[in-house]
Amino acid sequence: MTDPVAAFAAEVGPPEAGAVVAVGGRTEWDVGGPLDPDVEVREVRAPAGIVAVEAADMTVRVRAGTTVDELAAALAEVGQAVALPSRPGATVGGVLAVGRSDVRRLGWGPVRDAVLQVRYVSADGTVVAAGGPTVKNVSGFDLCRLMVGSLGTLGLLAEVVLRTRPAPAASRWVAGEVDPAALLRRLHRPSAVLWDGTTTWALLEGHPADVEDQARLAGLPDAPGPPPLPPHRWSVRPAEVYRLAAAGGLGAFVAEVGVGVVHASVPPPPRAVDPAVVRLHERTKALFDPTNRLAPGRSPLAGTRLAAAEGGG
Amino acid sequence: MGQTALVSASQPTVAHEALVADLAAALAPDRVRTGAVELDLYGRDASVLRGSAAVACFPLDTDEVAAAVRIARRHGRPFVARGSGTGLAGGAVPVGDPVVIVTTKMDRILEVDVDERVAWVQPGVVNLDLTRALARHGLHFAPDPSSQQACTIGGNVANNSGGPHCLAYGVTSAHVLAVEVVLPDGEVTVLGGLDPEPPGLDLRGAFVGSEGTLGIATRIAVRLTPDPPAVATLLLDFPTVEAAAETVSGIIADGLLPAALEMMDQPITRAAEEFAHAGYPTDAAAVLLVELDGLPAGLADAVERVGRIGRSHGARTVRVAADDAERALLWKGRKAAFGAVARVAPNYYLHDTVVPRTRLVEVLREVYAIAERHGLAVMNVFHAGDGNLHPLLLFDARTPGVMDRVHAAGEEIVRVSIAAGGVLSGEHGIGLEKRDLMPLLFSPVDLDAQARLREAFDPDGVANPTKVLPAGSRCGDLQSVPEGVWV
Ligand SMILES: Cc1cc2nc3c(=O)[nH]c(=O)nc-3n(C[C@H](O)[C@H](O)[C@H](O)COP(=O)(O)OP(=O)(O)OC[C@H]3O[C@@H](n4cnc5c(N)ncnc54)[C@H](O)[C@@H]3O)c2cc1C
Repeated sequence: MTDPVAAFAAEVGPPEAGAVVAVGGRTEWDVGGPLDPDVEVREVRAPAGIVAVEAADMTVRVRAGTTVDELAAALAEVGQAVALPSRPGATVGGVLAVGRSDVRRLGWGPVRDAVLQVRYVSADGTVVAAGGPTVKNVSGFDLCRLMVGSLGTLGLLAEVVLRTRPAPAASRWVAGEVDPAALLRRLHRPSAVLWDGTTTWALLEGHPADVEDQARLAGLPDAPGPPPLPPHRWSVRPAEVYRLAAAGGLGAFVAEVGVGVVHASVPPPPRAVDPAVVRLHERTKALFDPTNRLAPGRSPLAGTRLAAAEGGG
Repeated sequence: MGQTALVSASQPTVAHEALVADLAAALAPDRVRTGAVELDLYGRDASVLRGSAAVACFPLDTDEVAAAVRIARRHGRPFVARGSGTGLAGGAVPVGDPVVIVTTKMDRILEVDVDERVAWVQPGVVNLDLTRALARHGLHFAPDPSSQQACTIGGNVANNSGGPHCLAYGVTSAHVLAVEVVLPDGEVTVLGGLDPEPPGLDLRGAFVGSEGTLGIATRIAVRLTPDPPAVATLLLDFPTVEAAAETVSGIIADGLLPAALEMMDQPITRAAEEFAHAGYPTDAAAVLLVELDGLPAGLADAVERVGRIGRSHGARTVRVAADDAERALLWKGRKAAFGAVARVAPNYYLHDTVVPRTRLVEVLREVYAIAERHGLAVMNVFHAGDGNLHPLLLFDARTPGVMDRVHAAGEEIVRVSIAAGGVLSGEHGIGLEKRDLMPLLFSPVDLDAQARLREAFDPDGVANPTKVLPAGSRCGDLQSVPEGVWV
């Protein structure tokens, strides 16, 4: 019986085995920029399979190569769900490496908060564990948070333990032409509020009678689902959405109200990053991947620019 | 408790006087303290550990913290951030004659944005003061440690603290959007941001829970949580501890997510009742305090299910608080629990481990057996809903040899928790207390990875040295076991 995670580590191999990149479903392959074209990069795939659904403890241990849809189906059988974005073919490891939530972030929280433990293959080719399998844990540094969104540049996710949640008993989209800010204030913890400048959508989830009540409170009819999302992704302060929309720089857009993610037809401008933060990134990368063999060329800071003198919030 | 001599750092050497003079010039003379009584106070926290502070300073803002850090470094000294000193793992205990940087005068709420539900606060703001200040907006700061009347938001961030209501709402990390930090080289930057996807690695997430070893938080942007539309607080009482623990597992397994789910066994229930007069049944072997919140239909359904699950495990009564006054009374007992213990025994040692919620019954049984084997009284009051055990070992420190038994029992509790698939700490952190137990949970390569993160922020190891990671965690690490620390 070989442990699939150990086998994955062997496949990644030691630094002498050269550059590697983990491939999931290629659904967000472009995030973090292209791989270095001058380096030969070997593609590796994390093992797949659900190791254990701990239904009574509301956690699941799953290998990173498993698709999110397969995981969701297994959890649905026990009436549970997990706050990972679903896209055909997307893998658990892939969506965690990218770290982007879907439109339910308002109610379900960011994906990073679903992660309790990670086992990843380091640049040395060894298996490293961080975090712990319990729903609460402050034992040592939080490397799980560091791994989520690191785009496979610090380690290759092999297996994770995720927090699950009860699947909502009822779930319903409503939509109409109402003020999104007022709607957000009126509803109690909607799972999503979206706005395209004209129409506002809301995802209401929970006890069927409460969902009914909230729909009445919203004063909006049912909608088939969220609107299609334009391709580019902006991240702004939630209140900034209205100013940007008024200024017209977004093109066609769908904003996640109360969150600040805006899906727009116009790409966002480069973000400014404080030099001290860039230095921390460089040092972290150098310490976790001294030979730059993990996804060379790709960077969590892709598409940013150095901020001038003064740092800031 | 021994009489081990402390390293007498406060001896007025020339070098030391120069350090104190530089700090006084950068801050203000009355905010740089070297008095013996004060240094004794800042030499410890709420754990049983003790170190030695050379000098304590009280900055007012970010610039003064940065100045203090740079001065410490210029004088070749490490530094330690300190909030209220309520930490239970020795995190704020100074090791290696550091400059202690106390944040208690940085206690201003800088900005509250009600629409975006975010506030910028200084690190010395006391947890409960923030929530009180937000009450009129119908908002609160969700993490509510039992120490919330005293502990600071900076300490909460550093320890990634939890509290009863973190079961449904998440621990501190889920409520911190951005942190302005003074890095160990004296530079100031902001980790994270007020937008949902700040560029780059989640360094904010790495900083939260780093126990002062990656820098000092000087401003914190916290997420504010709307008060729930309706709340129900229930008290269930049980003839056995097992029945209460099985009810906890049953509630979680039924897919319920209470806002809080706390358990108290008989000894602590009695102590709390005597102290708070909350109307707790003192003949019960254990009680569960369950809080549910949300919209009316879901709430009514959850109240019904919790009652049913409790009764099916033998709950004798299920009391639902009729109004806010009764709710407050039920919580008063729980919140007074630690204070109440002081009436029962002169000293207590509070432990903190987490186990899977499905293993609560067996681990609790072992905790009682361990205490009995070591001849110690034990009380349990804990965040049962997330499997976070808090056994209190009671003792009288004047009894010869008792500390050895307390430590031996504590280590056994940690071991049985980990053997059951649990972890070292749920909310108090590692600090010095559990540093040398880290290898129980992590392999040498795991520890090396954590040490690399530490090194990325603090290559010279000057921020709260010797905490969290055992000596030798980083391959080729020459860090030695601290001197001048005793238990
Ligand atoms: C009776 C009692 C009950 C408790 N209940 C709970 C509970 O329910 N849940 C829980 O989680 N904890 C609990 N605690 C533990 C403690 O209160 C928390 O850990 C608290 O967050 C510590 O805050 P503090 O301000 O006292 O920090 P301190 O003890 O002063 O410091 C704690 C750590 O934080 C670091 N630190 C402090 N400020 C900063 C800063 N600005 N930047 C960087 N690092 C900093 C210190 O270096 C140290 O490592 C309890 C403690 C007591 C005594």
